[in-house]
Amino acid sequence: MLFLQFLANGVLVGGVYALLALGIVFIYRATQIFNFAVGDMVLFGAFICWSFLVWLHWPIWISVIMALVISMGLGLMIERFLMRPMIGQPLLAAVMATLGLSLFLRGVMSFIWSPSTLSYPTKLFPGKPINLGGIVFSDELLWAFGMAMVVFVFLAVFFYRSKVGLGMRTTAEDHEMAQATGINVKRIFAITWLTAGLVAALGGMLLGARVGLCVGSTPLIALKAFPAVIFGGLESIAGAIIGGLIVGILENLAGGLIDPKIAEITPYIILLIMLMIRPEGLFGLKRIERI
Amino acid sequence: MDRPCGVFDETYTQDVAVVRTGAHWGIVVAALILLFLLPQFFPGSLLANINAVFITIISVLGLQIIVGYTGQISLGQAAFMSVGAYTSFMLSVYWHLPFLIALPLSGVSAGLVGIVFGLPSLRIKGFYLAMATLAAQFIIPWLIVNLYPEVTGGTRTMVVPPPTIAGIKFTNQLSMFYVITPVLILSLYLVKNLIRTRVGRAFIAIRDNDLAAEVMGVGVFKYKLMAFFISSFYAGIAGSLWAHWMRCVAVDHFSLLDSIWFLGMIVVGGLGSVSGAVMGTIFIRVLDILVKEIGPWLGEIFPSIAGAATASLGPTIFGLVMMLFLVLEPRGLAHRWERVKAFYRLWPFPY
Repeated sequence: MLFLQFLANGVLVGGVYALLALGIVFIYRATQIFNFAVGDMVLFGAFICWSFLVWLHWPIWISVIMALVISMGLGLMIERFLMRPMIGQPLLAAVMATLGLSLFLRGVMSFIWSPSTLSYPTKLFPGKPINLGGIVFSDELLWAFGMAMVVFVFLAVFFYRSKVGLGMRTTAEDHEMAQATGINVKRIFAITWLTAGLVAALGGMLLGARVGLCVGSTPLIALKAFPAVIFGGLESIAGAIIGGLIVGILENLAGGLIDPKIAEITPYIILLIMLMIRPEGLFGLKRIERI
Repeated sequence: MDRPCGVFDETYTQDVAVVRTGAHWGIVVAALILLFLLPQFFPGSLLANINAVFITIISVLGLQIIVGYTGQISLGQAAFMSVGAYTSFMLSVYWHLPFLIALPLSGVSAGLVGIVFGLPSLRIKGFYLAMATLAAQFIIPWLIVNLYPEVTGGTRTMVVPPPTIAGIKFTNQLSMFYVITPVLILSLYLVKNLIRTRVGRAFIAIRDNDLAAEVMGVGVFKYKLMAFFISSFYAGIAGSLWAHWMRCVAVDHFSLLDSIWFLGMIVVGGLGSVSGAVMGTIFIRVLDILVKEIGPWLGEIFPSIAGAATASLGPTIFGLVMMLFLVLEPRGLAHRWERVKAFYRLWPFPY
């Protein structure tokens, strides 16, 4: 019974990781850039929602929508001022830029919202825990799981069925080559980061509702999406979902059955093992390189 | 090629010399003398800052080898530093080993841990490797806190005795300066020469194109592990000095944030340049000190943000500087300095 409860928790926590992992994979597949600022973008969206709720006393649904819109704006700003100058530069530089962005956002956020932990005054999403034959499903996590599934279906269709998605896949192969074939790489970048902002804000509100908003610790939780991404395979959208779920499950099982303290590093141990035995992940592409 | 007008090399020794001309020798000797007289000009708390900068430079030099020369992003430098710090702490507290033995041993232990986390580089590179080092940054502190808490003190801050060399105890900032500076000079000298040897050239070949390097007969895996060892060795030395300088060790001193700061220093200074590592570290640390001075002053003007200003101004400005450098001057301060030097060498001709 206990095992099943931890399993259920794991599946649901995995939903949050899967959502964040989707954002990372999406950016990687469209631009070949690894976004280390994902944790801070996540927190930013959550803080925006909090501000509308607490400072302006707006209704929940408007606050949520405003958070999504402003986060998308943030994504556009990142693209325009940071990522666009990086087109054609070494990918290493672009990845470093996201690290710089991560620090910058962290500083700005602790400036505006103070470095202490805040929490939402009310429940963001309606519902109460469901008890299914003795196993409790927390409603916040059910929401996260559901959202992850919806975003997954949306992104997958967008990626494989739309013209913009095709453009993204081309851009990921080679920025300059894509430009030469008439793809507007700037627009692709803009759409990518806009979507990334949207997904990050969604994940942020779900995460914030569960663990609170803290500049110091919340981005670290979001970083656990990286093991999920590696596990599922960097190139695979379905892999992000499965990787997120497996990392969530293993983390909860290890924490519940072995030692609660080991839970926090389980994802990273999984990450190391995966990197050694199957670096391309479960569903990733094995790169064949030529000189 | 990089000599002033009218100076030519006549022997092979001249050609490979690091210090080339008489004027150059003069500058080097004068700089060394000035360096050792530095405490005379910066007494008190400024000297503590200088010590911190020097220790950081050693760690950043190590990171420069792995990131700037071998082209592998490492997000775990601070964790490797903590390995060195804790090794030094345990050796000097439990085994009462003298400082001069504990120092290289902590470098070696950090280097070995570095090799363990470099092992995935057999099959992966680039961002995947960044992931492996990110894992190091989380796993190492966890092991320090949870594996043998009765030995490492868990999350508590443990006291480290002052270093003792030949019966002399180095207890204050001034004396520590004279411990740290020779180590720094030695590290600089070794790195500067390492990258001119076969090993260093192999590193650079791997950075530029690992497949081409492999085809040309460079054992990529061997050299990658070597780069990891040397890089972490430097981190360990820096960590050991840090522990003896702070006179305490705690896991919080070596966080992911510190690793990102180190990377930022390299970006600002310039990737693939020894002087870049030095300049970047000094630039960022001076900026940091200025921010800490400005923070309270800003707080007086805008009392509403007084508490947050000091804590958050640092990351904000540092992140901004890192992004600006990447967008506007990706080759860093070192490149600017090279341009200044080229101007001096060629003067009065434009090129």
